Amino acid sequence: MQKGKKIIAIGERDGVPGPVIAECLESAGYDVVFQVTECFV
Amino acid sequence: MVDSLKPRRVGIEGVFYSLTHVPDLVRYGSKPWRELRRQPALEAQLAMHLRSFAAATAYAPHQVYIGNIAPEKLSEIDKPWYEKLIESATADGRFGDLVEQDQFYLQLGSADRFDLLTFEESWFRTRAANYSPGRMPRLSSSADLEARCAKGALGLYSGERLVGALEHGHDEDPNLAAEVLLENLAAKIGAAHSLRAILDRLQLDPGGIDYVISCSEEAVGDRYNRGGGNLAKAIAEEVGCENASGSDTKAFCAGPMYAMVHGASLIQAGVAQKVAVVAGGSLAKLGMKFESHLKKHMPILEDVLGSFAAVLAPAKPGQPCIRLDSAAFHPVRAGASPQALAESLAEKPLAKLGMKLTDVDRYAVELHNAEITAPSGSGDVPRTNYLTLAALAVMRGQIQRNQMEDFVRARGMLGYAPTQGHIPSAIVYLGHALDGLRSGKIRQALLIAKGSLFLGRMTQLSDGCSFLVDRNES
Repeated sequence: MQKGKKIIAIGERDGVPGPVIAECLESAGYDVVFQVTECFV
Repeated sequence: MVDSLKPRRVGIEGVFYSLTHVPDLVRYGSKPWRELRRQPALEAQLAMHLRSFAAATAYAPHQVYIGNIAPEKLSEIDKPWYEKLIESATADGRFGDLVEQDQFYLQLGSADRFDLLTFEESWFRTRAANYSPGRMPRLSSSADLEARCAKGALGLYSGERLVGALEHGHDEDPNLAAEVLLENLAAKIGAAHSLRAILDRLQLDPGGIDYVISCSEEAVGDRYNRGGGNLAKAIAEEVGCENASGSDTKAFCAGPMYAMVHGASLIQAGVAQKVAVVAGGSLAKLGMKFESHLKKHMPILEDVLGSFAAVLAPAKPGQPCIRLDSAAFHPVRAGASPQALAESLAEKPLAKLGMKLTDVDRYAVELHNAEITAPSGSGDVPRTNYLTLAALAVMRGQIQRNQMEDFVRARGMLGYAPTQGHIPSAIVYLGHALDGLRSGKIRQALLIAKGSLFLGRMTQLSDGCSFLVDRNES
């Protein structure tokens, strides 16, 4: 169901960084089209 | 290793923190600047939610910042802190102060070495007694200021009154635009004020400082050296540190911690005898979360510029010190997860000293005031960081899982710093750490700062720097 589903992953500096989210989602079959880590402070 | 080259303690002579309350500059923060252009109607709303200087002074987190309230007492003060103001609050703190906007404008006048600023004459005349002796600023009529602003100068306001105009430093170069120069000058002024104050309190002659390191956020530069730097030397000049030169250390929010390590290293190496580490405020971060504050019917809490100055010198017996043998950096290979950062910046430096996570009396992490960040959904940043340390202690078998809250309570604190980036990033606690070390309330504190390198789009990496402070009992 998730195979190929397109995802934008936005991570957070004090939480889970973007590359980590992307790696998890890609291993589950998602297509991460963009990932970024932001800092909200 | 040759014994004289082994990293050791370097003395911290003192530190001073300042907050400059600039409600009428919130409109020039990066986020308000963009949003007000898109939605001009927001300006009236923003104006209605600005605080007075008295309210900013009586704001409990600001009283912690300048040393009048201990961080551990903050949890005893009812929230919302912007309503439960401290009745007895003063602008002069044990190791800091708050500065009014008018005073900031006057400082701007004396710090402007290129005659870019014009004040409205009657406004200036009524405040001239507070103007530092020296070169007089250019004075003019309000009609002239209006005309200058119509041609592109940046207006300086006191409420609705136009009291000054700052010209561009170059007709075409965006890096010398008035709004950029105002950011740079704001950093210079704040850092200079804090440095002047700490030298005064320590009764040190400015001529005795031989090196200044600026870790302000602004890069400062141009003629195509966009981040040219050495704001440090401009700050040294402003304070009268005639015998000093300096340089800038930049590493996003971790900059001040790197600057402290660099400064201490210069002293241990014998290159310098007295080093000042300074940072001015970040004007770009004013009003960063103003929209969420408006939505929650709160005052705009990001209305202050933070600054600090610390003086380092060879360690004396009994003096609070930075331990260079604990200094740790976040290496490229470490990875960006919070756990990887905690391992690199807490566990490893402690291991070098034969200490465990539970051996540290106090941790200073990202000490952003959650009252500012929570309304926009950014949560409680210090708590997240403390829980990461506690979780690491559980993983290492140093505490039980059900002791995590106790770990956070005993070794952490509530965040109290304005969202000024480099200022909340651990260095804000140094003043209270010095107090605690001198009184014996704490034996040591580990300061841990993070830097969001990925924001510059040059790398996906995070960064960080940490060191332990303790008393020189050797």
